[in-house]
Amino acid sequence: MTETPAITASQTVGPFLHIGLPWEDGPFVVPSTVEGAFTITGTVYDGAGQPVPDALIETWQADPDGRFDHPDDPRGAAKSTVDGFRGFGRCPTGPDGTYRIVTVKPGALPAGGGAVEAPHLDVSVFARGLLDRVVTRLYFPDEEAANAADPVLVGLPDPSRAGTLVATAVEGGYRFDIRLQGEGETVFFDV
Amino acid sequence: MKLPSYVRPDGVHPPLLSPEYKSTVLRAPSQKPVLLPHRLTEITGPVLGEDRVTADDADLTRDSGGEAVGQRIIVLGRVIESDGRPVPETLVEIWQANAGGRYRHARDTWPAPLDPHFTGAGRALTDRDGGFRFLTIMPGAYPWGNHHNAWRPAHIHFSLFGRAFTQRLVTQMYFPDDSLFAQDPVMNSIRDPRARKRLVSRFDLSATEPEWALAYRWDIVLRGAETTPFEEEGDDD
Repeated sequence: MTETPAITASQTVGPFLHIGLPWEDGPFVVPSTVEGAFTITGTVYDGAGQPVPDALIETWQADPDGRFDHPDDPRGAAKSTVDGFRGFGRCPTGPDGTYRIVTVKPGALPAGGGAVEAPHLDVSVFARGLLDRVVTRLYFPDEEAANAADPVLVGLPDPSRAGTLVATAVEGGYRFDIRLQGEGETVFFDV
Repeated sequence: MKLPSYVRPDGVHPPLLSPEYKSTVLRAPSQKPVLLPHRLTEITGPVLGEDRVTADDADLTRDSGGEAVGQRIIVLGRVIESDGRPVPETLVEIWQANAGGRYRHARDTWPAPLDPHFTGAGRALTDRDGGFRFLTIMPGAYPWGNHHNAWRPAHIHFSLFGRAFTQRLVTQMYFPDDSLFAQDPVMNSIRDPRARKRLVSRFDLSATEPEWALAYRWDIVLRGAETTPFEEEGDDD
């Protein structure tokens, strides 16, 4: 057993997160001028089906070659071949509960033991009323074969909920709604 | 391929459904979260450099060409991991109410005065030892609609990245001996009293600036790596 008494506890971002967290360039994982850039849009809903206007979405992903410019990647840190690639996106929801992220599709990732993770984004949701972030994943609808072999999707205790993790193709990109609670509740992960 | 795995802090974070904090009732997921092993996306994270921060960003007391009203305080501390290692060069973002307990935000409409010289947002990158230091104004307490005569204790919101996606943390720092703790459902959503206590900063006389500012010290502990990779075999002790 690991002793973890010293870890600092989480608290909600509260309703006034907009004072401290949004960045002007937050939604741009890549500059919108990059070839192949698309927009992910979606709405965050609460358990009554109402949009959540005081949430913040953050995304984190590999670059199109499946690499991270990060020292802990055992394959070595790799600066992305995509100019201006940051890997990280951040966008508060508007009055209609909607966010948008501009990015490119990440590559597949080795998952150990010969397994391969399908292209995905890790997604954090912060909001008033969320005492800790909740984490989900966004997968792509045009990666059927890769999704069918993805160890996380395949390993879901309730496979009928896998669809909540797959975005929908729309003009200009993808749509990814997040349902915090109730009917069609998005699968959230304990990270 | 061996990857670090990060400690899962059972019993530290508040349960998402904490009905005494009413906004959780329709927002906390009802399904149990699915355990996600820590793979490449989870053990990496954004490396946000100095381009995000200027030296002025750590001083919240002088906005729009004038001095903010209230008690000047220094808020300082370190960002470390649960194995004691410092987290250098990581972005720390803070936001808070002004001295009167009012946020500069369209949705904060209670009748306490706004301060033209106080925005309430700050940023800093930690130094080599994980250290950060802000100069700000002691935030006021403020009422909110959660229950009859509800007041939030004075607090500063903190956002931390650490160096991996697993370490991302948003929390609140409180001040010592606040009489409002007992009635605050946000703080008390943390069930372990020791974990609550760790959110309370301490007065630090040695960090004060004579004839200028008081000081409060607060260290933030992020989840550390559980085991060192490559050292799983050969258990010699």
